Amino acid sequence: MHTAQITAPGAPSRTGVWIGIATITMSFAAYTSALMVRQGNATDWHRFELPRLLFFNTLLLLASSATLAFARRRIGESWNARAGSDQLARGLAPSELTWLRVTLVLGILFLGGQLLAWRQLTGQGLYLASNPASSFFYVLTVLHALHLLGGIIGLAYADTRLRVPGTRSALSTLGSATLYWHFMDVLWLYLMFLLLVRL
Amino acid sequence: MDPSPALSVGPEQAHRVEPAHSGHGPPRGFFRKHVFSLDHKVIGRQYLDLALIAVATGMVLSWLMRFHLAFPSSPVPGLGTVAPTAAAGGIMTPELYLALMTMHGTIMVFFVLTTAPFAGFGNYVLPIQVGAEDMAFPRFNMMSFWVTFVAFLVLIAAFFVSEGPPISGWTAYAPLSALGKDAGPGLGLGQTLWAVSIAIFCVGQLLGSLNFIATTLDLRTRGMTLMRMPLSTWAWFITSIIGLIAFSVLLPACILLILDRVAGTSFFIPGGLVVSDRLQPHEGGSPLLWQHLFWFFGHPEVYIAILPGFGIVSHILPVFARKPLLGPRVVIACLVAIGFLSYTVWGHHMFLSGMNPLSATLFSVPTLVITIPATIVVLLWIGTVYGARMRFTTPALFCLGFISVFVSGGISGFFLAQPSIDTYLHGTYFVVGHFHFVMGVAAMFGIFAGTYFWFPKMFGRMMNEKLGKLHFFLTLIGVYCTFMPMHYLGLAGNVRRYSAFTDDYMAGSLPLHKFITMAALFTGAVQLIFFINLFYSRLRGPIAPANPWQATSLEWSIPSPPPFDNFGGRIPTVTHGPNEYGIEGQPDYIMQATLEDLPEHA
Repeated sequence: MHTAQITAPGAPSRTGVWIGIATITMSFAAYTSALMVRQGNATDWHRFELPRLLFFNTLLLLASSATLAFARRRIGESWNARAGSDQLARGLAPSELTWLRVTLVLGILFLGGQLLAWRQLTGQGLYLASNPASSFFYVLTVLHALHLLGGIIGLAYADTRLRVPGTRSALSTLGSATLYWHFMDVLWLYLMFLLLVRL
Repeated sequence: MDPSPALSVGPEQAHRVEPAHSGHGPPRGFFRKHVFSLDHKVIGRQYLDLALIAVATGMVLSWLMRFHLAFPSSPVPGLGTVAPTAAAGGIMTPELYLALMTMHGTIMVFFVLTTAPFAGFGNYVLPIQVGAEDMAFPRFNMMSFWVTFVAFLVLIAAFFVSEGPPISGWTAYAPLSALGKDAGPGLGLGQTLWAVSIAIFCVGQLLGSLNFIATTLDLRTRGMTLMRMPLSTWAWFITSIIGLIAFSVLLPACILLILDRVAGTSFFIPGGLVVSDRLQPHEGGSPLLWQHLFWFFGHPEVYIAILPGFGIVSHILPVFARKPLLGPRVVIACLVAIGFLSYTVWGHHMFLSGMNPLSATLFSVPTLVITIPATIVVLLWIGTVYGARMRFTTPALFCLGFISVFVSGGISGFFLAQPSIDTYLHGTYFVVGHFHFVMGVAAMFGIFAGTYFWFPKMFGRMMNEKLGKLHFFLTLIGVYCTFMPMHYLGLAGNVRRYSAFTDDYMAGSLPLHKFITMAALFTGAVQLIFFINLFYSRLRGPIAPANPWQATSLEWSIPSPPPFDNFGGRIPTVTHGPNEYGIEGQPDYIMQATLEDLPEHA
């Protein structure tokens, strides 16, 4: 199992995440244009107040991106201090992974917050099929949540790889998962903007 | 001639020899080897097998339709027993005709024209041609196939639900496709299965495209610059970018359609619709929104089907012309231009949807412009063949046939691109003839060329040349007799999508329909020669050498069939472009790569 390739070992997974980002961007662009067209000549479009909770959730997600940036710096430093080479004989200690786990908790809290926001809306009688505004609200937020769940799994996987002895590729796994996570953050900011302006 | 010598690779391509991280060793056990395999070669063959099953299914459906069109009052033997209500006494109802049409189109476009030339051959050949030992993400690759397989099963399941398959065509226009079972037979569960199947299919192809792009960008071997990649790999690479954008729009469209069907939303269903005497509980949806989303995918899909054929022909023609391909960089530029333009023309499928004539013109112009790069590529192929001492093997013949049918189908595109002419022709057999030639038959000829060309590599045995040539000539005659008359029918005003033309003003077209049906049945029967050749050669064909065609690209530097890790633990170093044919001396070609043993420490 050997190959000679012209790029660095972590490159494919990073390229893969960028391709994934392009795909997800394209699909949300499709939903956006669907929203514009559907709203364009609709007589049945009823605007509604976004739950205030969404702003709090936004802060949670922004905070998670910040803690993830800390986590990466911290993990990179401990790796260099401990290993100094490409191999790590012992996995990272829990204290060195604290920021990563804080990020994970914030991500899960965000999902919980979204769940509460949906419940608030259904409490007001706004369901998926109630009117086109609520339809698009649920479609966009649920799809974002599902994609974010993928990000949580990615970060958790990076965590399990960093805990055990291994090679530098564990770091590139973290790098790829981080890239995706920040993208989820940016995507959410875009969606908030869209929902605020359009719904 | 490639001017850059082997040693002048740039600093960014430093001679880095890394252990593979495709992350899997040789498979053990039957399931790991043949079913849930991570090996791109097995996955490629699985895609091709799936396409073979799908194309046989789709072809049988087309025979049933053609039979009914030509002989509307004669029963099809056995059909009455298979479908006692939809075809009582063996004569199909118009609804069954539409159901067969829907399934024929869906199966052919998605599970044949996308899976075989792109996912099938691309998976098998692309990693070897760039010098990788597998795709970048073998697990995603395996998922890609099995997800696609599930999508196929879900689609086929529509045959077995009580009301049968949907009748809304492969384009599934809303609101017909969105309303549910009130709207007609097959539009209940059958249509839901259709939408779910296509959504699943999108996921499979997105995973596939992801792999193709990452592999091409990141796993090329030493010296394999982008410009040294064979044209086939270029075509798969560009196709995967097109696919990535196209399927990531079709997936949202399908999700919204499914929600309209099962969750009561109104994305595509307008208000005030009374269907089957019932006021539909929807309002405000936009049927045109579905058409826009669908054709934003749908037109690029045409190029997903045909660009791999462009690549295969550009790759194979020089091998048998024993001449370098004329203007390989221009061909690449044209493929990129086609890929880009394919996203600007979708509205030409919607000229009849009541769009503003100004928009129609805006879509018409790029539609005409996109013929320019396509024409340049065709001229370069003809220039490559011109004055060559051609070796007329079966793959070479199918490449020449590809050019023929592509040009025949492409020329009618000039007519259809103009809104004023399209207004008359769009609903007629002219369009059926056009897209079957340019997309269906041309892509099939690309698939045949690829099969005859790479079969020795895949199975280590040669296919029978005599049967191959017979297959080619009879198929060529058959497809021209089938699809050429459709243009005349269309010009004469013969509408499409009707199940029979007996009592109306089109009764005079019946003789020509009979001729087309005979030709279609003949063409289908001829494919038996291909099937026999395929299976017989697999078992009994003469043993193939490593490089039976004297071709230059990397797949011909390794044994037939290739070892599990493609290069047998050696490293290919690429020193030449793929196009070094017809040089002075013996042999008259230069291999792209030399294989080196791996250094001990790595």
